[in-house]
Order: sequence, then structure tokens, then C-alpha cells
Amino acid sequence: MVEVAFFAGAIGAIGGAIAVVALRNPFYSVLALVVHLVFLAGIFLLLRAQFLAAAQIVIYAGAVMVIYVFVAAYVGGIEEPMFDSSPQLKIIGPILAVALFIEISIAVLGSSLTALGTEGTDKIEAGFGTPEGIGKLMLEDYLIAFEAASILLLIAAVAAIVLAGRKRESKAS
Amino acid sequence: MAIEWYIVLSAMLFTIGFIGVLIRRNPVVILLCLELMLSAGALSMLAFSRMHGDQDGQIMVLIVLVVAACEVVVGLGIVVAMFRRRLPLDVDEMKELEG
Repeated sequence: MVEVAFFAGAIGAIGGAIAVVALRNPFYSVLALVVHLVFLAGIFLLLRAQFLAAAQIVIYAGAVMVIYVFVAAYVGGIEEPMFDSSPQLKIIGPILAVALFIEISIAVLGSSLTALGTEGTDKIEAGFGTPEGIGKLMLEDYLIAFEAASILLLIAAVAAIVLAGRKRESKAS
Repeated sequence: MAIEWYIVLSAMLFTIGFIGVLIRRNPVVILLCLELMLSAGALSMLAFSRMHGDQDGQIMVLIVLVVAACEVVVGLGIVVAMFRRRLPLDVDEMKELEG
């Protein structure tokens, strides 16, 4: 049962990812990323990360993707010629990527982490991955990271307004 | 499911995102491919978190989610600014910083 769920999620996630890269219209790429993120959230559930699966769908597939849809619609569907990048990059890019994949696989599968072949430890505490467990950890052990993240979000919001806002000098002068 | 399956899946997703960053030219799509790579990293972190039975990895993923949101906001702000200044939305054309 877990295998079926995993492979269904994996095929959906990989299919969505390939669609993001292969679709010509950026608008469709955004929608493909939503599909990818929803399937990935299913895989997060298999890893007992319930809170993060929900956060993934609400924050990523919901909020962040809405920004992408708005920008893709605002900028307009620029139909770029399929894979019309500079010819040397067109060949070298995939070769580099496949080399990277092989390298990661060798590094992971050849490592001495014997626990990689298991389903993970059996000693899982009660609140593992629930909002309760995450929230407790976040507000007790990782309070500084939490506060830093909130300041970072504030700075990013200001930066977006500065970058994308209309210039007002013409009115002032 | 053994943990290594999740790691291999994460490596595949990362590779697909990497290909996208290299061969696509539209900055919006490049940001989308960066999201792919970030979520692949998040998946591997969750897998290791499950492997050790330790929730710290999940906190890390949550922080990565926040940083990714910031990156999106700034990146798309740059895209909108490029569009407003009538600059071509094509990273190959944007080479003023080329050394």
C-alpha cells in the first residue's frame, strides 16, 4: 500500500517537474508546478510530515503560486521558442545534469549510512510531524530562527514594493 | 519504503530543475525551476528527518519554505521591474553584468 502511494506520488511529482521544464507557455509551467507540489505533499505524508504537507499545499501551491500566476499573466505569455538557448548550452546542460544525478546517486547509495536501506527508525515520538510537535520545537528550541524568518519576510515584502512599485518622482517634481 | 527511494526521487527532481535552469531563458520559468530544486532539497531533508526520527529536519524545511517565499517575492519583483522598463524578458539578452 505504501509502495503504491509512493510510486503514484513519485510519478506525479516527476511528471509535473518535467512539464514545468518542457511546457512553452510560462502560465502552463506554473500550473504544472502546482500539480508537482500537490503530489510532493502526498509523499511528505508518507514521511510522516503532516504539518509540512499541509503547509506545502497552503503556502506553496496556494499563496506562492498565486503570485506566479499573477506575474505570468501580467508579463504575458511569451512563447519562447522551444529550447532555443545557445546551442552549446543545449547540449552541455543535460549532460551536466545527468552527470550531477549520477554523482548524487553514487554519493547516496555508496554511503556507509546503513539506515538508508531501512524504513527509518521505529522510535518515533508521539507528536512527530504534527502541528503540535513542530510548533513546540519551533517556539522553544528554534525561536531565533523563527524570528529571523519573520524579519526576512518583512524585508522581502519591502524589497518587492521597492523593486516593482511605480516611480513617484515625476509626480513629486 | 526504504529511505533511499526518497533520496533518489529527490535527486531526480533536483536534476530536472537543474536542466530547466540551464536550458530555459524566461526568468519566470527559471524561478519555477529553482522552486523545483528547493522542493527536492526539502524532500531529502524530510527523508533524513524520518530516518533519524528527529523533527529538526522538518523545522529546516519550514525555514526553507520561508526563504523560498522571500526569493519568489524578490525574483518576481525583478521580473516586473524588467517588464516595466521594456527590457527583454530573456536572460540571454540581459548581459550588462557580463564580465
